[in-house]
Amino acid sequence: MFDQKKLQKIREELHIWCKEQVNKTLEKHPERQQAFKTSCGEELERLYTPLSIEETDYLEDLGFPGDYPFTRGVQPTMYRGRLWTMRQYAGFGTAQESNERYKYLLKQGQTGLSVAFDLPTQIGYDSDHEMSDGEVGRVGVAISSLEDMEVLFEGIPLEKVSTSMTINSTAAVLLAMYIAVAEKQGVSPDKLKGTIQNDILKEYIARGTYIFPPQPSMRIITDIFEYCSKELPYFNTISVSGYHIREAGADAVQEVAFTLADGIEYVKAAIDAGLDPNVFGRRISFFFSAHNNFFEEVAKFRAARRLWARIMKQRFGASDKRALTMRFHTQTAGSTLTAQQPQNNIVRVAYQALAAVLGGTQSLHTNSYDEALGLPTEESVRVALRTQQIIAHESGAPDTVDPLGGSYLVENLTNRIEHQAVSYIDKIDKIGGMIKAIEEGFVQREILDTAYRTQKEIEDNGRTVVGVNKFTSEHAEVPEDILKLDESTEKRQRQNLERLRKKRNNSSVSRSIERISEAARSGESLMPPIIEAVKNYATLGEITEALKEVFGEYTESVII
Amino acid sequence: MNRNDLLSGDELSVSKALTVVESDRVAARSLIGSLPEREYYVIGITGSSGAGKSTLVNWLSVSFSDASRTAVLAIDPSSPFKGGAFLGDRIRMNRASRSGKILIRSMASRGMVGGLSPSVFDAVELLGRCGYHYIIVETVGVGQAETDIVNLSDVVVLVLAPGIGDEIQMMKAGIMEIGDIYTVNKMDIHGADQLANRIRSVLDLADVKREIVKTNSLTGTNVDRLYQLLIGELNRREKSGKIEESRQRRREIAELNTAFSALKEAHSRGVKLEAIMECINRLREDG
Amino acid sequence: MKKTRIIVAKPGLDGHDRGAKIVAMALRDAGMEVIYTGLRQSPSDIVNTALQEDADVIGLSILSGAHMRICDRLLELMNEKGIADKPVVVGGIIPHDDVEILKKKGIAEVFGPGTSLKQLEQRIKELAEKK
Repeated sequence: MFDQKKLQKIREELHIWCKEQVNKTLEKHPERQQAFKTSCGEELERLYTPLSIEETDYLEDLGFPGDYPFTRGVQPTMYRGRLWTMRQYAGFGTAQESNERYKYLLKQGQTGLSVAFDLPTQIGYDSDHEMSDGEVGRVGVAISSLEDMEVLFEGIPLEKVSTSMTINSTAAVLLAMYIAVAEKQGVSPDKLKGTIQNDILKEYIARGTYIFPPQPSMRIITDIFEYCSKELPYFNTISVSGYHIREAGADAVQEVAFTLADGIEYVKAAIDAGLDPNVFGRRISFFFSAHNNFFEEVAKFRAARRLWARIMKQRFGASDKRALTMRFHTQTAGSTLTAQQPQNNIVRVAYQALAAVLGGTQSLHTNSYDEALGLPTEESVRVALRTQQIIAHESGAPDTVDPLGGSYLVENLTNRIEHQAVSYIDKIDKIGGMIKAIEEGFVQREILDTAYRTQKEIEDNGRTVVGVNKFTSEHAEVPEDILKLDESTEKRQRQNLERLRKKRNNSSVSRSIERISEAARSGESLMPPIIEAVKNYATLGEITEALKEVFGEYTESVII
Repeated sequence: MNRNDLLSGDELSVSKALTVVESDRVAARSLIGSLPEREYYVIGITGSSGAGKSTLVNWLSVSFSDASRTAVLAIDPSSPFKGGAFLGDRIRMNRASRSGKILIRSMASRGMVGGLSPSVFDAVELLGRCGYHYIIVETVGVGQAETDIVNLSDVVVLVLAPGIGDEIQMMKAGIMEIGDIYTVNKMDIHGADQLANRIRSVLDLADVKREIVKTNSLTGTNVDRLYQLLIGELNRREKSGKIEESRQRRREIAELNTAFSALKEAHSRGVKLEAIMECINRLREDG
Repeated sequence: MKKTRIIVAKPGLDGHDRGAKIVAMALRDAGMEVIYTGLRQSPSDIVNTALQEDADVIGLSILSGAHMRICDRLLELMNEKGIADKPVVVGGIIPHDDVEILKKKGIAEVFGPGTSLKQLEQRIKELAEKK
């Protein structure tokens, strides 16, 4: 990128500056710390210069926004054209409450719906199962049968909205219900738009809503990919998520490496199922965290985008531009919020969000400042949204494309993160791929080691957390209103299920469940029999149990 | 701990007694001595980590508990530094645990690398005398010094799985010989058949007759077959007098352990090592 | 020699186990025997484990907000099974008002976000010894 002679001159001058200026200063005023490090424990230099990005080739490594390798953005004009999508989601206990909320949001001009499900729904238990006790409707809406799904989308024209569902191990069933509801509305599947998270691998690594062992889980996902490629061409069938990996304690490099390694596994599965990476590649999206270390985070997004483009091109031979671009959603890091002095969190969220914007995110969720204390209140949710609006409309940050591109530091960090992520991915390839690495507990152990080390560093005062281990207040601050949940949801949900189990045609339910078991055993696609079963009002729990019998249940591999 | 509660196998009392067994050898011996001997069987489960021992025990113990009272001792290694331990075998034993019929106890190896701590011998004896008929002991994993599990058990199951990749090492280390029954777990995974064939040919070469059973410990497939084989083997051994031999051996090792801790204790109270050795030599000379 | 034995359990369906695992590691490194139950444990699972393992302390990690229901049921079952003497500690996101209520019900300690591992070790040692 630079003229060799000039670089040589810079090198000489830098040497002189160090000797004459820096050393003299250091003698009188030593620096605050022995070393300054990124979240990954990488030492930061005092000063970054053209020498720090000597190896970088502008056209090859950076290029132009909207062009390979997309380091500077996925789109030529970025936020000058359209701002990122401000997508704030929240869960509501029953389908009825959520439905009312959706209708309100649609009236306000929103076109995208975002559905959060409660834990029983995510893990395949009906609301009346004993494991669901106390969890129904708690972190999202409870869906046990098609009946609940019908209520959820009652009066909402599914051909006009795009629905994003945070659902993984039970994605096939929930998607089947969505298709069935659409059909009842007279909307054919090929008109449906939306996203299912469907990223099971990170559940084993970090989030914990798995059901079956990895191999059969991947098979279900492949069935979904295959079915959707034919029947729901506008549905995004996977959102590969690094957010939860980061929240589990990974550093920035691990977040990029493990998320992309998961992505590789999904593309491999899709190709094995006979899908074209140029077509399938367009249906993959990503989901990252925006953490504290500002420049490292900006670099992380840029590195991830570049590395994914290279993987799609070099490893999978994709050439379609859209199949090469990494589009991602970002959420500010929940684990950085502190219970002490909660208002400080507003500031944390603000610059995490700014890092996501400078990193070129497609959509953004900003956390509420009171999330370390309980469920957010209306006021804290509003402040969170306003934070994004201030960045968008007051800061000037979105007014030029990739404003930090060319910064010696940011480019250097982008290179380093990419290189280190590549060496992690190489290691995983050597183990035999991500599934094997997860089964052996390699990925989980790497993350846990980082999490433990970070915690120890904070406690030994190596890392300052404002309001926690420094600048603490004498008296604990108690937030005034914290939202609490209504406990009657569970009861209502149980009663509904009891009624349903009596009134539906139980012999067709058991017949269709039997067909699911057969398909699970024989290896034929699970989607058609699942769709048939949900139409017969078989419950989520019944379908999951049938699959458990064939596939078995996963137990975590905890190696400490 | 009430003696009657122990005799009737009251879980809480037995559990507290196990704590005594682990913390105080002298008290342990007198506690065990206060209970009458009973007949019980020890089933040793060993194999490399990652082969699926715990998930297998999760099913197997349920089969045994349908026949008679069953306890599981799951051993995990202690950390060499401060002697702490991470005991995580229960994670994979939800089924057994929720059956409500099986006593599961996690034990740390407490400094015994690759082997069994002396208190495991006491623990099985205590459980036996409290009325547990089948006692399944899951080891840390296969190590070079895994003869302990043979000394402890009436029958040993060696669990292997494809893709773990150290069965060659195990053959070299002679660990393959410790199994009375071989289980190739993860039978659904590619390579299971080859592994079973390899074991078969190694055994044939050594002219050793052993059963090999393929299982899937995630779904429980064929675990019942393994259970039947174990019951058959125990019956055969009972008839041939081999079980009595194992009991004898177990008792001897337990006594040896006691003697050793008595010596250690004597040493710590100032008895000179030379004096102890002299005693032993005199005994040896006397025949 | 008597070792301190503690159960680290994740009740309910919540899968966020970073905190539970870090605590388990720290307590192991402090020389305790940590019985780790893994995810999705019901109160009756935990009580059963505590009884069979004769744990000195029972530790729960709860982030889902379901702490009231879980603790009520746990304490009730502990009473039934005759192990009400074992101290129970809870870590996680517990609103301030609930902390007082939980302590009144018989929870020995609540560790909120930001508790240091040293404080935690210290307090658990105290509780194990007091018992």
